[in-house]
Amino acid sequence: MASHLEYPAVSSKRDTATMQETFTREVVVGMPQGLHARPADQLAREARKWQSRIELVAKSQRVDGKSILDVLTLAAEAGTRLVVEATGPDAREAVAAIGRLFEQNFNELGSTESGLHDSGSHASGAGQPAPAPESTG
Amino acid sequence: MKFSDFMAVDAIRSNVSASSKEGVIREMAAALVDAGKIAAGDLESIVKAIMKREDLGSTGIGRGVAVPHTKHPSVDRLVGTVAVSHEGIGFDSLDGEPVQLFFLLVSPPDRPGDHLRALENISRQLRDESFCGELKAAQTPVDIQRLLVEADSHGVAS
Repeated sequence: MASHLEYPAVSSKRDTATMQETFTREVVVGMPQGLHARPADQLAREARKWQSRIELVAKSQRVDGKSILDVLTLAAEAGTRLVVEATGPDAREAVAAIGRLFEQNFNELGSTESGLHDSGSHASGAGQPAPAPESTG
Repeated sequence: MKFSDFMAVDAIRSNVSASSKEGVIREMAAALVDAGKIAAGDLESIVKAIMKREDLGSTGIGRGVAVPHTKHPSVDRLVGTVAVSHEGIGFDSLDGEPVQLFFLLVSPPDRPGDHLRALENISRQLRDESFCGELKAAQTPVDIQRLLVEADSHGVAS
């Protein structure tokens, strides 16, 4: 149903005080080896291209997406769901770009089912915003 | 996962003599051989595999730290060691800076979770800049071992 939307799982909210918009999107780690050093490096590199603050949110952790050390502390195994959250002037594009890395499994060989399928099925609740993390204050 | 779960204490080196990327990797792998953690006959193959991984992108993750690693069928559990180069070694790091502190990991191919948890432990501890600095300044393997034990005990508390 939501297939016509390019990034169906993206949701957004605006902080009225700072007028900064926050975009979030759920992603799934599709690589069998998990989010190990090489994809963590790719992720942090991509994140650093954007002005926005970019964070990855796991069950009990929130880390700076621009820091490889931070990303590695997630120890995110295959199948882990994460929320990519960006706040700033280019937040929408940043979330989309990082979402694509997960969709493409960071171009890892040996990846089976990609995060694309997973996030696609997640988005089948069309029209509903992706589960957003707690407000960042 | 704690350092004590995978670090081969006898393979810790506080002052490597190598001055190149392959040199330090070889020296650390040889230390694992000397410590009885990997077989001498597997040394070349392990060094080659680690270098091949480095070709895909340097594991020099910045802050003067590198985490060279590979999966290798010759080990049945994760083994690792630490080395310090006080001079620093060019490692094609992400931030272009030379590396003083090395964590080398060899893991069984079928245990990606252990590898991730070792990386998690290393990166979490290294976010503490004083820990990082003290390791780089360590003069003896015993100093390094003591710092790892201390870090492990902090990890338990948190």
